[in-house]
Amino acid sequence: MGSSHSMSEEIQELAEKTGFTSEQIEHLHRRFKQLSGDQPTIRNLRQESDGLADEINFEDFLTIMSYFRPIEMNMDEEQLDHFRKEKLKFLFHMYDSDHDGKITLQEYRNVVEELLSGNPHLEKESARSIADGAMMEAASICVGQMEPDQVYEGITFEDFLKIWQGIDIETKMHVRFLNMETIAQCH
Amino acid sequence: MRATGCLGVPTLHKLPSVFMVAALLGLLPLLHSHGLQPNPMLASEAPHHYPAVVRGNEPGDFTSAPPGISEEIHPLSKHSSNHTGNGHSKPEKAFPVLGIDYTRIRIPFEISLWILLACLMKLGFHVIPSVSNIVPESCLLIVVGLLVGGLIKGVGESPPILNSEIFFLFLLPPIILDAGYFLPLRQFMENLGTILIFAVVGTLWNAFFLGGLMYAVCQIGGTGLNHIGLLANLLFGSIISAVDPVAVLAVFEEIHINELLHILVFGESLLNDAVTVVLYHLFEEFANNEQVTIIDILLGFISFFVVSLGGVFIGIIYGIVAAFTSRFTSHIRVIEPLFVFLYSYMAYLSAELFHLSGIMALIAAGVVMRPYVEANISHKSHTTIKYFLKMWSSVSETLIFIFLGVSTVAGKHYWNWTFVISTLLFCLIARVLGVLGLTWFINKFRIVKLTPKDQFIIAYGGLRGAIAFSLCYLLDYSHFNMRDMFLTAIITVIFFTVFVQGMTIRPLVDLLAVKKKQETKRSINEEIHTQFLDHLLTGIEDICGHYGHHHWKDKLNRFNKKYVKKCLIAGERSKEPQLIAFYHKMEMKQAIELVESGGIGKIPSAVSTVSMQNIHPKTLPVERILPALSKDKEEEIRKILRNNLQKTRQRLRSYNRHTLVADPYEEAWNQMLLRRQKVRQLEKKMNNYLTVPAHKVDSPTMSRARIGSDPLAYEPKPDSENLPIITIDPASPQSPESVDLVNEEMKGMSRLPPSPEEDEEGLVMRVKEPSSPGTDDVFTPGTSDSPSNQRMLRCLSDPGPRPEPEEGEPFIPKGQ
Repeated sequence: MGSSHSMSEEIQELAEKTGFTSEQIEHLHRRFKQLSGDQPTIRNLRQESDGLADEINFEDFLTIMSYFRPIEMNMDEEQLDHFRKEKLKFLFHMYDSDHDGKITLQEYRNVVEELLSGNPHLEKESARSIADGAMMEAASICVGQMEPDQVYEGITFEDFLKIWQGIDIETKMHVRFLNMETIAQCH
Repeated sequence: MRATGCLGVPTLHKLPSVFMVAALLGLLPLLHSHGLQPNPMLASEAPHHYPAVVRGNEPGDFTSAPPGISEEIHPLSKHSSNHTGNGHSKPEKAFPVLGIDYTRIRIPFEISLWILLACLMKLGFHVIPSVSNIVPESCLLIVVGLLVGGLIKGVGESPPILNSEIFFLFLLPPIILDAGYFLPLRQFMENLGTILIFAVVGTLWNAFFLGGLMYAVCQIGGTGLNHIGLLANLLFGSIISAVDPVAVLAVFEEIHINELLHILVFGESLLNDAVTVVLYHLFEEFANNEQVTIIDILLGFISFFVVSLGGVFIGIIYGIVAAFTSRFTSHIRVIEPLFVFLYSYMAYLSAELFHLSGIMALIAAGVVMRPYVEANISHKSHTTIKYFLKMWSSVSETLIFIFLGVSTVAGKHYWNWTFVISTLLFCLIARVLGVLGLTWFINKFRIVKLTPKDQFIIAYGGLRGAIAFSLCYLLDYSHFNMRDMFLTAIITVIFFTVFVQGMTIRPLVDLLAVKKKQETKRSINEEIHTQFLDHLLTGIEDICGHYGHHHWKDKLNRFNKKYVKKCLIAGERSKEPQLIAFYHKMEMKQAIELVESGGIGKIPSAVSTVSMQNIHPKTLPVERILPALSKDKEEEIRKILRNNLQKTRQRLRSYNRHTLVADPYEEAWNQMLLRRQKVRQLEKKMNNYLTVPAHKVDSPTMSRARIGSDPLAYEPKPDSENLPIITIDPASPQSPESVDLVNEEMKGMSRLPPSPEEDEEGLVMRVKEPSSPGTDDVFTPGTSDSPSNQRMLRCLSDPGPRPEPEEGEPFIPKGQ
């Protein structure tokens, strides 16, 4: 699998950066190779280039995967908080497609529409009003009472954190990396 | 004993004692009449023998509401009643104007009295808040049972003992159905592995550990104990090792612990029923055999799977049938709840028929039928089901605990210090060891590990209850002559766990700062995020190539959506995605909340003043069409509001059907109109509230007359098929209230202080099915009933856009 000498150094670096063990990194590397067809990068398969990058290399792949690590028992409060923030930031970026730091009404609408896009019978308006309702709720959580002429620009990251306060993201947003042997062949 | 209210403090003091006296007085006729009947004592040695334990109980009418008996009517000298009751055969007797025939009504009467006693006790406890804060209700009920039993014994009668058949057939199912129907499925499934391990392995460990140790104790324990064999001890162990759902529910409900722990302990108590059933029957059979062969053990092992999976299978079948039936009930809404209850109960009975696990069948039926049934039934039926289940389970639970107390006094006991104390000790030790060991094992596979605090609560929450008691009661006395000793030991353990552990768990939870349940309301944001996460994680799992949790869940959902929902859900709701359904539910809830809180000046504080303006001011106001509501839903919502809100007047001035555009979805113009109206309306209402006399509601005829005379009133007839038509009435009490279902409108309206007697409500235009003109506020897009019509719900605010100043307030009483 290539020159093992430089690989192990790289692996060390990556391990420190993302927090994976070297075993896990190797597994993920294998998977990456499957997905990319042995190329160094994975291309963006979507037609519209929505994302910021057209290709991602292994390091980016690992970075994203590291957001989904499960929490460990030996983490202290600060680490846990940091971990949680990282996860939420990732999620925030998924909502905020233009990366201006706010989730605007339009972006939120897009999210809801895509969520409901599996159902062809649905009218766009339903998605819209749900998104509107959700946005108003978010505004009321974050700002409280608003005058009729106040404008709520969008959900910032702090507001996002507030909304997610009741929900334990660290327990939900994880994928089991423990049983890496069950990685199936790419089909 | 300080009552919390400010008024009537002295009466509140006396109330519980009045209840007690009244209830106990009511029992006296039972005692006297009982003296004349053959004495049915320990009922169920052979359950088909004398039916009695609960006072000549027949499989009775469980649902009889307690009649409004005024107990003071029964004078103490009732005992002669039974004699005279049959005295009509004597000739030459004057025609009895007033006769007494107690025997005829005895059985239902006694049942009702017991249930009434249970309910009065429940009532009484909440009047004394100080006690009920310290002592959980279950303990108080057992104490009451002890008192009642003592009283009955003191009078010289023999108090009834909890009949096992009654318990298993009538008292237990409502509690389990209530638990199963409202099981939080998401958490349950997420923790299913853990729960199963605790339930199965944990109970097995408890049973064998306890049985084995007790056998050792019996061997060493000196005389009186040596004759108890290994199998008998194992049987005893298996009876007492099962965590009891009734007790767990009763105690855990009051401490509001976090959901994870709650579902773990509670799920364990439900699922260990299969294990208990298998072990119980196994050991009961084997106790007769001298030798236990390998074949027997193997058969026992297999029978475990048969019992549990069979029970679940039966439950699923009944659940599907129930869901399917509910699909067709749209015309007979009234009996919908009955289907749910009957099918579930039959699932339980069918499972019991085959000696399978009835509890698991019941849970499976409830879980399977719920999503589909709820999509099909009306809102009222849903409420009915919820309240009936809660009511029955509550009464059941109370009765069970009271009878536990009474049976303690009534039963024959055989106290053996060694046996009882060692049972108690080993029970606790077994539980702690079991939980510790299993958690160590489980934590290797769990993402969210169980902390030692969690483990402690799980171990401490392993309460035993009435199921153990009843199972022991079912033992055949001839085969198990040490049954009384077992009973005594079981009762001691039950009392200990319920009293000591039940009472101390609340302060311990506070002391250990265990996470409590979060009382957050489910919000639409949360729902969106949760669904988004689900999709995200499924995608990530696919990328990793890992067939995990989410992958299978996703597959199940797809299967569900594609095939199952089409069969089991009626009409168009089968295609409704979950998010939309959730949104509808929330809207419904808000509509109801709005109605209920519509007191004078009582604006719900949770209402925010955020409106569309705030989040989307720059662009033209977007359409706020609501998600498509089916006709039934609309009808329901309309009905709710019609019954609860009063109508307001509409100003029809500037609405003109010609100004409406054909496509109702382009309502930028309407939106602005709306805004203006609302602001003006708000101002007007503020003024009017302070100055105007009560708004008198007028009769339909008057309102129709008003329409007629109003030059700008509409004709309800469409003048073209294409143009939407607005038919607006001045409010009449008959016209169905249409409701603005968009959040912000509701919030807007709730800001309006209602008039002294009635609530003002915004006018909304609704899609109208053909109805008589002049009685509805409707917005009829032609007479065709195409699907697009159903989606046009428009929210407009109250009296027309240009309220006439010269007409004064909208509250001019008319029609007088």
